[in-house]
Amino acid sequence: MTTIERQDKPTSSLIKLGRIAFSVLVLVGVLFVLWVGFIFLRDSNASQGIIAIIAIVWGVGGIALLFWVADWVVNRTSTATAKRLQPFIFVGPALIILAWYLFIPTVRSLYLSFFDAQSKNFVGLANYVFAFTDSKMRESFTNNLLWLVIGTGGAVGFGLIIALLTDRVKMEKVFKSIIFMPMAISFVGAGVIWRFIYSYKPAGEDQIGLLNAIVTFFGGEPQAWFTMPFWNNIFLIAILVWLQTGYAMVIISSALKGVPSTIIEAGRIDGAGEFRIIRSIIIPFIAPTLVTVSTTIIIITLKIFDIVFTMTNGNYGTEVIASMQYKQMFRFYHYGRGSAIAIVLVLAVIPVMWYNLHQFSKREGF
Amino acid sequence: MATVQLKNISKVYEGGVKAVDSVNIEVKDRQFVVLVGPSGCGKSTTLRMIAGLEDITEGELYIDGNLVNDVPPKDRDIAMVFQNYALYPHMTVYDNMAFGLKIRKFPKEEIEQRVREAAKILEIEELLDRKPKALSGGQRQRVAVGRAIVRKPKVFLFDEPLSNLDAKLRVQMRAEISSLHNRLKATMIYVTHDQVEALTMADVIVVMKFGVIQQIGGPLDLYNNPQNKFVAGFIGSPPMNFLEAAIEADGDDIYANEGTFRLKVTAEQKKFLTPYIGKSVTFGIRPEDVSFSNTAKDGVTINGTVSVVEPLGSETHVYTSTSKSQVIGKIEPTLVPAPDSKIYLIPDMAKAKFFDLETEQVIN
Repeated sequence: MTTIERQDKPTSSLIKLGRIAFSVLVLVGVLFVLWVGFIFLRDSNASQGIIAIIAIVWGVGGIALLFWVADWVVNRTSTATAKRLQPFIFVGPALIILAWYLFIPTVRSLYLSFFDAQSKNFVGLANYVFAFTDSKMRESFTNNLLWLVIGTGGAVGFGLIIALLTDRVKMEKVFKSIIFMPMAISFVGAGVIWRFIYSYKPAGEDQIGLLNAIVTFFGGEPQAWFTMPFWNNIFLIAILVWLQTGYAMVIISSALKGVPSTIIEAGRIDGAGEFRIIRSIIIPFIAPTLVTVSTTIIIITLKIFDIVFTMTNGNYGTEVIASMQYKQMFRFYHYGRGSAIAIVLVLAVIPVMWYNLHQFSKREGF
Repeated sequence: MATVQLKNISKVYEGGVKAVDSVNIEVKDRQFVVLVGPSGCGKSTTLRMIAGLEDITEGELYIDGNLVNDVPPKDRDIAMVFQNYALYPHMTVYDNMAFGLKIRKFPKEEIEQRVREAAKILEIEELLDRKPKALSGGQRQRVAVGRAIVRKPKVFLFDEPLSNLDAKLRVQMRAEISSLHNRLKATMIYVTHDQVEALTMADVIVVMKFGVIQQIGGPLDLYNNPQNKFVAGFIGSPPMNFLEAAIEADGDDIYANEGTFRLKVTAEQKKFLTPYIGKSVTFGIRPEDVSFSNTAKDGVTINGTVSVVEPLGSETHVYTSTSKSQVIGKIEPTLVPAPDSKIYLIPDMAKAKFFDLETEQVIN
């Protein structure tokens, strides 16, 4: 911290030194107050209500105080220095917390992925060899690819079609609201709902599953949907499509509103039919949006876990990477393998994520 | 090679707003017709109905003798140039121009040949690989025109194509579109709110107001023989001066009395103004039909005070306040009267117009 660049009236170096010392003292004082509060909250035996109130006052007030004091300290330095330091006061705490629970765990996972089940002995790349050669893992990769292609394709495709259709009807808002609604449901909640749809009872019994009720109504045999090889994956993916179509539709729909009506009219006069206009004019125009929506849903499909976990728990050939990671980590307690799978997943997501952010910043989303 | 006929065409929007009211226009083959009028006069709506972008509520539209009311735009064989260019942003200039031909499944060689030819006419050959984003406004407008001419359509439609260009470029493009018309010998219908564009480019001008046609005629016809006060005021710049004057007889002569001065009408005007003796009319005189004088003479002079002087180099505009209204005079460039000085303007009475105060129709 320097005050050399300070422009106002000259002060003796002794006063400067005193000023710096005072600033540091105040900052340390505030940190001490916060620390005392933390210790009190940790060790206190007071009733929970009081603890909660103190925690709120201490938490909110403490952060406010910290910001205020840090800002005050920075402002006591020269204007140039203050200008440079100020952003960090506001972003700093968030960065520190992010690093704490995002960056450190990632590095730790990377470290653990080179060790055995108990994280005791270094095993080199053995866990990664497992991740890429184990038959269950290979099944997961194939399934994840299926999720990625069909899930993303389905959600974006339906989203596009519905956005294009609702754009041309009067009750646009009503239809869009209905289709958007599943977005509000958690993956686990969706799992519960779709369990009723896919539910299976042996022939002869009342079918409580919607799908089987329809099948038996038309005289078919009830099917155990979750045990059908390959197709059970598709049935699970349908849930994701149901959940994500609304998101894709809303974003694409707003992009459609941005297509100038005159270029569509120009296309019409140029002789293009509706499909040609959609293919040659509208889709290229909204391509950046389609890419952003697709990459966002790709990331969701790569991380897909909840649906599989609640519906089949990865059985009957529906395993995905994230469910395998969960199993290795928390069922078999093989931290090495679990971490290695997690790292593989991170590596798969990063390029998509990077591309997505790149697209966002290009369109000034940030 | 095409004619366009509008028979009693009307457009009523949802909610009952009548944008176009029983419009009748007959566009002959190879004619350059300009629809002109203030914003909201229905000129663009009329053009869009010809294009097929708006439904026709009532009436019949014929292109080349065929009823096309229910024919979609793509089958009307028309091309349109939009005000904001409406280029396809993701396509290069070449692809923008080729798009219509590709859809119509022209052979590749012919597309190439037509695009190159159009690019040559419009001097945009070196821009063919660029995207619209990398073009200036004037260049974009050329591409938009190019996209229309490669199609060799029956009818060209222009919807205020020069409005987004700066004044200098507008004058240049105006001349270019005119010469393009001479070169292509095509039927063109052009919409503008700028009467200068209308006068300079049109074979036939259609003046519209509130969805109704006010007058159809050649540029000079509209300028010299406006049928009503609106057309008289709309065509010409600065606009025609209007003064309310009482028609009075004084011996054998008839005068238009403004209050502070009176003007003797010509023998010809006397004939049709006689029934108006004792009534008020609107007296109209164009700024270019008044000249400057140092002395006032009863019966030929407009008395006023100079309020604003605009020397333009080639001429000087003088805004003169009379007792009741304002008169603009175009006078010799060498004369620059001082503001607030007394001025005497002598109107060329043979060119004066008289309009009925109620109907605003010309009296003749």
